[in-house]
Amino acid sequence: MIEVQELTKRYGGRTAVAGLSFTVRPGQVTGFLGPNGAGKSTTLRMILGLEAPTGGAATVNGVPFRSHARGLRHVGALLDAGQVHGGRTATAHLSALARSNGISARRVGEVLHEVGLAEAAGRRISGFSLGMKQRLGVATALLGDPPVLMFDEPVNGMDPEGVLWMRRLFRRLATEGRTVFLSSHLMSEMENTADQLVVIGRGRLIAAESVREFAARSTSPGVVVGTRQAAELTAVLTAAGASVEPEGSAGTEKLVVTGLPTDRIAALAFEHRILLNELTTRAASLEEAFMELTADSVEYQAGQPR
Amino acid sequence: MTTLATAPATSSAAPLAEPPARFRDLIASEWIKTRSLRSTPWVLVFITLFVIGSAAVATFSDRAAGSEPGSFLAYDAFSSPGYLTLILVAGSMGALGVVSEYSSGLIRTTLAAVPARGAVVLAKAVVTAVLWTAVGTVAALGSFLVSQAVLRGHGADVPITHPDVLRPLVASALLAPVCALTGLGLAVLLRHAAATMLTSAFALLMLPTMFSEGNRWSADIRHTMISAAWTRLVQTWEPDPGSLGYAATLPGCWLVYALWPLTAVALAVLVVRRRDV
Repeated sequence: MIEVQELTKRYGGRTAVAGLSFTVRPGQVTGFLGPNGAGKSTTLRMILGLEAPTGGAATVNGVPFRSHARGLRHVGALLDAGQVHGGRTATAHLSALARSNGISARRVGEVLHEVGLAEAAGRRISGFSLGMKQRLGVATALLGDPPVLMFDEPVNGMDPEGVLWMRRLFRRLATEGRTVFLSSHLMSEMENTADQLVVIGRGRLIAAESVREFAARSTSPGVVVGTRQAAELTAVLTAAGASVEPEGSAGTEKLVVTGLPTDRIAALAFEHRILLNELTTRAASLEEAFMELTADSVEYQAGQPR
Repeated sequence: MTTLATAPATSSAAPLAEPPARFRDLIASEWIKTRSLRSTPWVLVFITLFVIGSAAVATFSDRAAGSEPGSFLAYDAFSSPGYLTLILVAGSMGALGVVSEYSSGLIRTTLAAVPARGAVVLAKAVVTAVLWTAVGTVAALGSFLVSQAVLRGHGADVPITHPDVLRPLVASALLAPVCALTGLGLAVLLRHAAATMLTSAFALLMLPTMFSEGNRWSADIRHTMISAAWTRLVQTWEPDPGSLGYAATLPGCWLVYALWPLTAVALAVLVVRRRDV
């Protein structure tokens, strides 16, 4: 369990994290979501005691992480796959970390095998692809078999097979009763991986709830209707109380209808002899919910004066 | 505080039975890091051969060989070019062990694995001290033996048991760890690669040459420097009482040897615990 209370971090005049409070519970995969520069990595570093908060506190299983003399058995973390020395082999890198925590050398072989790097164990890390470095970072996190695991943008640079493998791994770690906390700026990644979400923007909490609840925040599910008689249909549906927005490029004649279910739309079209060529319910996407919620809090937005 | 939905009953979330945190595991860990870098053995072999080679060159080119008392010639073994290079290399390598972790970000991985940061710095210091004492001892013994082998041709060699040999030998052997630890401490304080390398080279090599022994205050500053202390410690003759210069005392020189690395490492341990990484 990770508990963060009123956590604040200021660098000079810039506030990276502002009064953040949330709890990450065991047995679930919790996604930590926010646009670039939202303060996710800073928060993770404060949880790990690498940076001292300006205010507030973070605890892991009830105690500040830095109260442990050795960390790997308490929290496994992948902060940045590049945080390795390229001149060392994967085995040497992990052996040094294992030894510092009194973990047996056998465990190094086990975790390398688990992340699929057994073949590359004796190779220097400088020759690794980003995906391989991510796997090595996961191996580092697993080394101490810890009850709490944190991953910062773990799927960056992974191929599709690697992404699937990671999702299964996160799920399995959570099923084993561990606390799994992973950050991403990609909502779509969380849709398939996380149970719970902590969403932040500009260092502030935007939401902390289940993925399903979060998706339901999206303005409305909506129905996509395709027809060649768009103007007529718009008039009919608007009269019936729906709101209608044209969608797509000119000529495709698609409308996004909110406020009416599909069967009512179909019935109205039938009554008015309007031919429909498409009628699709659009599921609320996490991506939309995310975009809507964080629209005000995107740190670096293209093409807009700040 | 915002809370998420309650968790299901968990099965295995307790940490493994944890063995006690042992300092010697940290030393072993730092040793794995040091020996697993391909550059380490190369640099050590290179600098050892360079020191020994420069002693051979200095002795060969000593025209006075054979015309002076034998004990004086112990000095030939400890030539400045060789040992000034040793100062530069040991200082830089001591710094590099820390700076490379900061520049790659590995330091975060290290300190997340071992939150006891002061102990990490101390373990690095122990490995650095032992490694460079070994290198310094091989280099000092080697340069002494090689120069005496050359002097034997003039019938001017002294045995290693000669009373004037021990102090220069020990001072030369310890020069490397003293400089390596100073570099290590500076690296923790400065963190940036270029700044650390320049500061280390400047403090260890350039700064002492700014101050002569011609007047009191200047000599006082010079006598706080490592390379000046080494120069005095390898001199087997007493300073000329009629000389205008101010000579450093031998205990003062040993104190300089002790204070630089101790101060640098102590500051590093204090600072690393307080600073964000």
